[in-house]
Amino acid sequence: MAPVVLSVREISRSFGGLVAVDGLSLDVTEGEIHAVIGPNGAGKTTLISLLSGELQPERGEVTFSGRNVTALPAHARARLGMARSFQITSLMLDMSVLDNVMLAVQARDSGAWRFWADARRQADLVEPAFAALDRVGLAARAAEQARILSHGEHRQLEIAVALATGPTLLLLDEPMAGMGAEETRRMISLLSSLNREMPMLLVEHDMDAVFTLASRITVLVNGRAVASGPPEQIRNDEAVRRAYLGEEEL
Amino acid sequence: MALLLLALLPVWVAWANTPFHLDLASRLMILAIAAVSLNLILGHGGMISFGHAAYLGIGAYCVGIPAYYGIHDGYLQFLLAIACSAAFALVTGLICLRTRGVYFIMITMAFSQMVFFAFVSIEEYGGDDGLVIDMRSRFAGLGNIENATTLYYFIFASLLASLYLVHRIMRSRFGMVIEGIRGNERRMQAIGYNTFRYRLACYVIAGALCGYAGALLGNFTNFISPEMMDWTASGELIFMVVLGGTGSLTGSVLGAAAFVLLEEWLSAVTIYWHFLFGALLITVVLFARNGMAGMIDRLGRRAWRRSS
Repeated sequence: MAPVVLSVREISRSFGGLVAVDGLSLDVTEGEIHAVIGPNGAGKTTLISLLSGELQPERGEVTFSGRNVTALPAHARARLGMARSFQITSLMLDMSVLDNVMLAVQARDSGAWRFWADARRQADLVEPAFAALDRVGLAARAAEQARILSHGEHRQLEIAVALATGPTLLLLDEPMAGMGAEETRRMISLLSSLNREMPMLLVEHDMDAVFTLASRITVLVNGRAVASGPPEQIRNDEAVRRAYLGEEEL
Repeated sequence: MALLLLALLPVWVAWANTPFHLDLASRLMILAIAAVSLNLILGHGGMISFGHAAYLGIGAYCVGIPAYYGIHDGYLQFLLAIACSAAFALVTGLICLRTRGVYFIMITMAFSQMVFFAFVSIEEYGGDDGLVIDMRSRFAGLGNIENATTLYYFIFASLLASLYLVHRIMRSRFGMVIEGIRGNERRMQAIGYNTFRYRLACYVIAGALCGYAGALLGNFTNFISPEMMDWTASGELIFMVVLGGTGSLTGSVLGAAAFVLLEEWLSAVTIYWHFLFGALLITVVLFARNGMAGMIDRLGRRAWRRSS
């Protein structure tokens, strides 16, 4: 089996009386797309926040690239090579498209403790930023203010920003949210091409996307994994059909 | 253009014999430096500090207290002003920057009031009566700034240097990060920035620059008192930045200029000038997005479109 990049052991997190993630364990191995699906309120976004470090688990352990990162804050995990996208587009909307990506590029080396030289003229920032934009198909929009982009383009820029940090793992929180059929198709092909370089943990509602992309699927219900396995197995799993997929035709 | 006018002002003052105007412009430029430094955290960093005048006071006392003991070395005084302000910003920033919104406003104000009352209670340095500086800073090898015109050009050069410094910082990698944090701090953390450290650094730079302005102010007024760091003085600095346009370098200078000139003219017209001031601020905030700088920008663009 391929080496494990991200390993989650028995993590739990509750809000008040509500247990959002309840003793969940899962792995992401090199080269795979591990999709997490589940009905609304199953704890998917909480899971992403626990993995990226925005929230700390009350119990359990998160290991990334062989290192225990359970206690590390988000920025420290990002610098180790974990990049996330947000379900609700989260960008620096008043800055240019290129600026958004450049910020991600400069975060990956020593940080930005340089106070004098004009950042926007530095080839070692601009070129990788353009490369990331080119990758998602936004290079032509580089000079625009991020605010004026369409919803679909915002989703692409989300990916470009995550990509520009030079990650070894992508955590994607519903990358197709609110997209039309054509945009979704393009995003699927983008993600599958990126998957040649890095493994992903994908939280997604669009079942076509999930079954096209995922090499493994975990079904989350009430913060617990009720099933986990390759797509064919999940598609035919009676418990999954009952708990989540219901009448939906797969 | 405006800078050229400022550069030539002393010539006109000498010709028309109105030294009062030189004073006015000197004060204006010192406050402009303070406003530019506040704009760094308020406009670019999105942190509304209501205690910025504390740095003016700290800077001024860093000139006044050594002078009280007969130490007039300008290099030492200015260095002290910058160092003490930076240190104060670092210590208070470590605490203030953990809070947000209204709490940040309140705690920055509380810290500046602490400094205010500290100086009020130190009898040795005049308490709330203030401290007279009998001799201005002396710069070995360069001369002194006793002469009003020399002081004027010293302040003018300081303003130019400050503007250039802040301009460079805001265009640097660091400046981009500060802008990014104001735009979306959560995302900046997700990308890998320890945003607290960047905001703290920005806070310290702003404090140090305002401390420098304070050292100029001490030299200019020859008299320092705790009153210059009262919370109302901090409010006036915010007034300048907002009036001029937050986040705009020229805006802060315009705001300081408008403040000083209006204060001068309006207070000659009526003793209720604060009332007119308030009305003006409300008008600018409601009708001119991005303050005076934004207004000029829009007018300029309109004229450009018409001519082309």
